Amino acid sequence: MSQRLVVIGAGMASGRVLEHLFEDAPGAFEVTLFNGEARGNYNRIMLSPVLSGEKSYAQIVTHDDAWYAAHNVDCRFGEPVVKIDRERRIVYSNAGGVPYDKLLIATGSAPFIIPVPGHKLPGVVTYRDLDDTNAMIAAARPGARAVVIGGGLLGLEAAAGLALRGMEVVVIHLMGHPMERQLDPAAGYLLQKALEAKGITIHCKGATKAILGTDRAEAVLLEDGTVYGADIVVMAVGIRPETRLANDAHLEVGRGIVVTDQMVTSDPDILAVGECVEHDKQLFGLVAPLYDQARVVAATLLANPAAFRPVQTATKLKVTGCDLFSAGDFADAPDREDIVFRDPARGVYKRLVLKDNRLIGAVLYGDTADGQWFFGLIKDATDITDMRETLIFGPAYQGGASVNPMAAVAALPPEAEICGCNGVCKGKIVTAISSGAVTLDAVRALTKASSSCGSCTGLVEQVMAVTLGDAFAKSAAQPMCKCCDHTHEDVRRLIRSKALKSIPAVMQELGWKTAGGCHSCRPALNYYLLADWPLEYRDDRQSRFVNERNHANIQKDGTYSVVPRMWGGLTTPNELRAIADAADKYNVPMVKVTGGQRIDLLGVRKEDLPAMWADLNEAGMVSGHAYSKGLRTVKTCVGTEFCRFGTQDSTGLGVKLEKHLWGSWTPHKVKMGVSGCPRNCAEATCKDVGVICVDSGYQISVAGAAGMEVKETEFLAATASEAECIAIITAFVQLYRESARYLDRPWKWVAKVGLDWVKTQVVDDLATRAALVERFEVSQSVYRKDPWAEHAKPSERPNWGMLADLTLEAAE
Amino acid sequence: MNWLDIGALADIPAQGARVVKTAHGCVAVFRTADDRVFAMDDRCPHKGGPLSEGIVHGTQVTCPLHNWVFDLTTGLAQGADAGGVATHPARVEGGRILLDAALLARRAAA
Ligand code: SRM
Ligand SMILES: Cc1cc2nc3c(=O)[nH]c(=O)nc-3n(C[C@H](O)[C@H](O)[C@H](O)COP(=O)(O)OP(=O)(O)OC[C@H]3O[C@@H](n4cnc5c(N)ncnc54)[C@H](O)[C@@H]3O)c2cc1C
Ligand code: SF4
Ligand code: FES
Repeated sequence: MSQRLVVIGAGMASGRVLEHLFEDAPGAFEVTLFNGEARGNYNRIMLSPVLSGEKSYAQIVTHDDAWYAAHNVDCRFGEPVVKIDRERRIVYSNAGGVPYDKLLIATGSAPFIIPVPGHKLPGVVTYRDLDDTNAMIAAARPGARAVVIGGGLLGLEAAAGLALRGMEVVVIHLMGHPMERQLDPAAGYLLQKALEAKGITIHCKGATKAILGTDRAEAVLLEDGTVYGADIVVMAVGIRPETRLANDAHLEVGRGIVVTDQMVTSDPDILAVGECVEHDKQLFGLVAPLYDQARVVAATLLANPAAFRPVQTATKLKVTGCDLFSAGDFADAPDREDIVFRDPARGVYKRLVLKDNRLIGAVLYGDTADGQWFFGLIKDATDITDMRETLIFGPAYQGGASVNPMAAVAALPPEAEICGCNGVCKGKIVTAISSGAVTLDAVRALTKASSSCGSCTGLVEQVMAVTLGDAFAKSAAQPMCKCCDHTHEDVRRLIRSKALKSIPAVMQELGWKTAGGCHSCRPALNYYLLADWPLEYRDDRQSRFVNERNHANIQKDGTYSVVPRMWGGLTTPNELRAIADAADKYNVPMVKVTGGQRIDLLGVRKEDLPAMWADLNEAGMVSGHAYSKGLRTVKTCVGTEFCRFGTQDSTGLGVKLEKHLWGSWTPHKVKMGVSGCPRNCAEATCKDVGVICVDSGYQISVAGAAGMEVKETEFLAATASEAECIAIITAFVQLYRESARYLDRPWKWVAKVGLDWVKTQVVDDLATRAALVERFEVSQSVYRKDPWAEHAKPSERPNWGMLADLTLEAAE
Repeated sequence: MNWLDIGALADIPAQGARVVKTAHGCVAVFRTADDRVFAMDDRCPHKGGPLSEGIVHGTQVTCPLHNWVFDLTTGLAQGADAGGVATHPARVEGGRILLDAALLARRAAA
């Protein structure tokens, strides 16, 4: 006698259940199949090729009418179930009730919709089923504009499909790089680059504020004020298990419908399968584990023993031309190590995550051929101790006699391209070496390899090492840090010549050997990028030393010091009162006059910083940047204002300079002094830049030092005009910003580039000076602002305190 | 193990850290670039620097005071420096950060 099985949802999981049931025990069940969609089962994961036009709907149908008829399935398509009556064991749709002996819930997921204003406007669609896909296809006229909210797998597949149909597509993504759940920043950067090459704009760190439009969606407004016009808006921000029926029926529901290892819900006659379930606190969003569940459901229905055990899953993005693969676990377990391989010339990035000598995760971009092999190692938990050195090169390099990390380079065929800029292959380099070129410079001279952008320098050196063996002596230039082979100067040059605009971009294109850099290279890269691309690059706070990150100087006990600006050393009774009030209010243990003509409030607790800044802002004061690699102080003397010897308004000039230059970031700190006469009460002649006022005007000297090194400034220029004095100093600072290596004070930099060169740039060549001044102004349009004011905003303040206080909970 | 929800993953910037006050002293909870979390005592064994204010790179953090480098997975100082910091189990689930509840327990009276 056959039992009555009712199935809610004709999706990928339940489809697989039915196949197993009909195969293992034909006729055991009389099946009624409800589906919300007005059609039977199709391969949902192939919707993206349908969207892009690479496949038709007919090609992705998995179970057609004939199949359902052959297995006597009572199909109720387009008839959503509205209620489960567990007591009487009847399932209801709006057309009436159907009784069951066993019930299978397979309702999948519902797309998550961010409830921003305008989310209900026509023209806003989600991406889940064929109807959504058809709605997008209908809107996709060439030249029309689409905004996709969400840069995860679904969002990017939607974006690529719409772009292939000729639309202008913008993807808004909340995080720093696309697909952050599957990819690390380096692979995310490569993916973003590949998608942008397809004409898709990716706006990262973008939060949607509203969808604009009157009768239908017309544009999307972001929190940062950006507006993107849109003929269609696709929300692909995530999914949540479709549990409404189960909830109403009072089944146990957590984030999904809770099931046992046998896939049975809290009601023994009701099973659940697919994305709607929660097993062992885990949810599932890819089909591989769902197929395992389906096998268990069929066994349980047939009273055979079986248990569901989740296994690792792997992701591939189905966008033509974007080869990426990610598998295994990148989340939340200690004791891990990384192996990273980058080949900038080919745009390849590979990262393996190891734990206890076993591979537990892999991210591959650009060359995914070994993905399945790595995935196998992950699933089998193979001990990789013996192949560790060559693991990243894949199966081709395993098991041979010699285990040599250089093997990959040695194995390259002679025609393999090494230098992309000049089209130089390995064979040509080897020939050059054989004919006597044993230094990098000689190889460069003979072959032009690595003589343009230089990013293949590391590879060329490896070819030399393989060819010359011990005779090869690596170039002597000090690399920036142990993470890379390039000098600071090379990195600066390459950032410009290759238009690299993010830290992951630099790390990928210049072959960084670590996944996230180190405390030495990251602040340097952050500086180089913001100095070169002031408008495009967004400062990365997490790549800054604590003082610059927190806009205050950390003290040895973890408290901070606060130094407000006193322009040119001038202050007012009101400012002094505000400082005194702040010192009282926040119990400041020490108030000190600094060597830079201003007042330091020492010993402030981190959580008090924003409130104290707000109080100081209120009194008109801003950050003194006493913590920054940037303009610190412009020390002045009283000058003509009061002094009987003063020749010019040195105080006024100092204030002007400080107001003009403040906020700018520089390779190291910059301090200035302006004295009203050669008596030099402002100690101008031991500063980075000093001005001595004389009867005929202003004498500018630079490159002094009074720290660990003491050195008098050197004469740069004299001018009768205060305006020209400011222009020359501005140009000098900008030249320093553009060409010094990070952490070189101006005196060190001038010693390297030569004062004569500096003079031609900022004094003699007026056009160059003007251009430098203009570039400085462009940068200041972004950076001449008070960082305190930003962090003191009420919305920012919670970030300055503790995340949680568990001592309070313990007391309860 | 008994897990305690201490906040959202989004409350910690990627490559950053936040502090949790516990009966055992302050604990720094780090978030890596690829959204893993690690917890360890917020006190550098060198001179007590707040590790939560260090630069996070890969699965390492550099102490903000004198640049000792610690591995977040083991708490051990790297390179020539000897020493280590106690680590505590932490993980992310559904965008929430969970910390080992053992940190709640009061230090046994001496
Ligand atoms: C507060 C102050 C001392 C004082 O009480 O007067 C001071 C305090 C510090 N100085 Fe200084 N310097 C202070 C004026 C100076 C001066 C004199 C001057 O500016 O006229 C010098 C010599 C000139 C110079 O800049 O070289 C000076 C040369 C240094 C150096 C050595 C720099 C060098 O290139 O040799 C450092 C170390 C560094 O920057 O790497 C340093 C570093 C520091 C730090 C930031 C050390 C640190 O990293 O924690 C101190 C921070 C204390 C704090 O929390 O505020 N400080 N420091 C002065 C703040 C001036 C201001 O208003 O901004
Ligand atoms: C565009 C796209 C691309 C994807 N790409 C991949 C990929 O590359 N790899 C991968 O592994 N996974 C991919 N997925 C995810 C994969 O499709 C899902 O994991 C899988 O389809 C889930 O199967 P399911 O049976 O649980 O739910 P579904 O396949 O969603 O089926 C659930 C069905 O239940 C119906 N239903 C819901 N409520 C009711 C009700 N009350 N009454 C009746 N019927 C109801 C729904 O209409 C739906 O037809 C992709 C998904 C999408 C949308
Ligand atoms: S001289 Fe400067 S760095 Fe040295 S102790 Fe004094 S304030 Fe600190
Ligand atoms: S206190 Fe951490 S390195 Fe000194």
